[in-house]
Amino acid sequence: MDDLKLIVAPSPHMRDKDTTKKMMFGVLVALLPVLAASIYFYRFDAVRLVLLSAGAAVATEAIFQRLRKQPIRIGDGSALVTGFLLGLIVPPTLPSWMVILGAAFAIAIGKQVFGGLGQNPFNPALVGRAILTVSFSTAMTAWTRPFDAITAATPLAIGEAGARIPDLFFGSVAGSLGETSALAILLGGIYLFYRGYLDYRVPVGIFASVIAVSLFTGQDVFFHLLSGSLLFGAVFMATDPVTSPITKAGRWIFGIGIGLIIMLIRTWGSYPEGVTYAILLMNAVTPLINRWTRPRIYGQGVKTSE
Amino acid sequence: MRRVRSFFGGIYPKDAKKSTASTPIQTLSAPETLVVPLLQHVGVEAQPVVAKGDEVLKGQLLADAGSAISAPVHSPVSGKVLAIEPRAHQSGHSVTAIVIENDGNDTWVEKSGHPDPVQLDAKTIIERIREAGIVGMGGAGFPTALKLVPPPGITPDYLIINGCECEPYSTSDDRIMVEYPEDIILGAQLMAKASGARKIIIAIEDNKPEAYASLKAKAGAIEIVLVPTRYPAGGEKQLIQYVTRREVPSGGMPYQAGAIVQNVATARAVALALRDGEPAISRVVTVIGDPIAQPGNYLVPVGMTLDDLIQATGGFTQTPGKVVIGGAMMGEAQFDLQTPITKMSGGVLALSEAESHTPDSEPCIRCARCVDVCPAQLLPLRLEAFGMNERFDDAREFGALDCIECGSCNYICPAKRPLLQYIRFAKMEIIARENKPN
Repeated sequence: MDDLKLIVAPSPHMRDKDTTKKMMFGVLVALLPVLAASIYFYRFDAVRLVLLSAGAAVATEAIFQRLRKQPIRIGDGSALVTGFLLGLIVPPTLPSWMVILGAAFAIAIGKQVFGGLGQNPFNPALVGRAILTVSFSTAMTAWTRPFDAITAATPLAIGEAGARIPDLFFGSVAGSLGETSALAILLGGIYLFYRGYLDYRVPVGIFASVIAVSLFTGQDVFFHLLSGSLLFGAVFMATDPVTSPITKAGRWIFGIGIGLIIMLIRTWGSYPEGVTYAILLMNAVTPLINRWTRPRIYGQGVKTSE
Repeated sequence: MRRVRSFFGGIYPKDAKKSTASTPIQTLSAPETLVVPLLQHVGVEAQPVVAKGDEVLKGQLLADAGSAISAPVHSPVSGKVLAIEPRAHQSGHSVTAIVIENDGNDTWVEKSGHPDPVQLDAKTIIERIREAGIVGMGGAGFPTALKLVPPPGITPDYLIINGCECEPYSTSDDRIMVEYPEDIILGAQLMAKASGARKIIIAIEDNKPEAYASLKAKAGAIEIVLVPTRYPAGGEKQLIQYVTRREVPSGGMPYQAGAIVQNVATARAVALALRDGEPAISRVVTVIGDPIAQPGNYLVPVGMTLDDLIQATGGFTQTPGKVVIGGAMMGEAQFDLQTPITKMSGGVLALSEAESHTPDSEPCIRCARCVDVCPAQLLPLRLEAFGMNERFDDAREFGALDCIECGSCNYICPAKRPLLQYIRFAKMEIIARENKPN
């Protein structure tokens, strides 16, 4: 065995099987029920917007990695996830060129200018949505009814009388492509939780503070939980690992903060909906939350037993 | 205060113990040549008391403790000293070793055992443990006699006998518990008497019911605690936290939490030394992994090279990619098979070429799984970045020195980042800077 060539590497010599790529494709699998619901309600528009958004996101990622002379890593699925997410949070009538622009901005301004995967402070898909909303506010709020594509206001714009809870639960109300069906979103959320890709603290924190404020201000709890972007944001956006806190205590604070800001905007703000800005604002304070919630290290601040 | 009976973090790697967990310990005969390193412990090399050409007997002192933190080394066989020269060592450095030609007679030195060693006084027990060259056989190799003597005025509350064996692929401690429970109990009683510990607790991971039953049958009044099977349950600090609900102060010693932890193999070595008069010249080694023809638990003389050991167990069935001394999580990968087994080598793990590949690392996505699993409650992703950017003051501030190097962060990272490597780098730099007089 003199010619044996052995690999010498530091411990550990075992690795968990999970990879970044598996996590990203896990999110895509979790989005399947949402995608199915959006196709069911909005037919070809759902396919059109999601595919264009995903394609534009991946292409932008590849172009930027090329320009930055970095290895092309589009295969990791992260740009694909951003593209899917953005495609699912725009109105079904949005012109194609707008969603392409939004996806390109989401990747370029939301992610690559900060250094790419893992470096961005803000959720890229929400950056894309925010840019589209301020640039094309009419197109971004041109809601239509499911199935017949007749122009309609969203339940949040109308108020509590605007929708029945079962419609909100199954999703047959006006809204963004993927945000109307609570059932589909919850299925995806359960899958993410089961795979270990979602920390329950964030969505539970959001729900808890939304419920608390609703009760305190005498509003309909179920209406607030099921309408608008809340569920989609709580399950798929706020749980983005890159832009949420790294500590467990921090994730509670993060979730509760998002819920409070949502209710602040919905109840007293001039917009009907505030999920996008609530999450982006809490993204901004994530580094601070991480600093405040550093866990006590084993053995620090411990007295000797003698 | 936190009163939950648990320890922070931890991971659930596949335990990979199936092929050897129920394989009885087999004694291997000593090879023709043995390479006995003078460093088989934490501390400084032992100083040779024999010279090239000397005839030595089995169990004869070859080298005595080189300083306060050191341990004597004895001959594993009878024969002749061929050389005293640097040889390969499991640490990856070369270390002075005494090379012995085995005469095949197994002629022992005169043994001075004691039929009922519990009658001996504490001072004598400690002296015998020191003379027998016993060191922590769980892998750390801290000289046992030193660990049993806390500073004057301190009496430890607990002597914890560590039978967790949380390392994947390792079963040598398990087999010792199954086959030699009396020796472990005797060793524990001797160490309790030596240290003055008020209470003995034997801790076993709950995936070893046979070991539990075996010890329970002989334990008498000694408490046996089942610990959840979660790596690194057998880490000294984690075990103390689990058993005593106390933490070892940062930078401090276990006795400051009122506890002394000793491995089951060490306890057995203490019994052999005091009752039978046999110094630490052999140990049980798990030889395991896909490329190994006959995985098993073998009683191996110290100084047997990996080459001889693996040949004696039937060789390889496929070319290994990596050969590790120790376990899969904390063991050391070897350059070649000329490295000898020492008192600290509880396992030899051969991995296939496919298993040996180090995956390429990708950007950190801040998923914080490393934070969730860290048993020291550190932020491994931050420490890695500090190490990479040579921000050593920040690394120190964030507790780099409290890292126990269990590797859980590296194991769990989906981006396959070398977290522990950068934390080790930061630790080494911090320690080097603090030792350097300015």
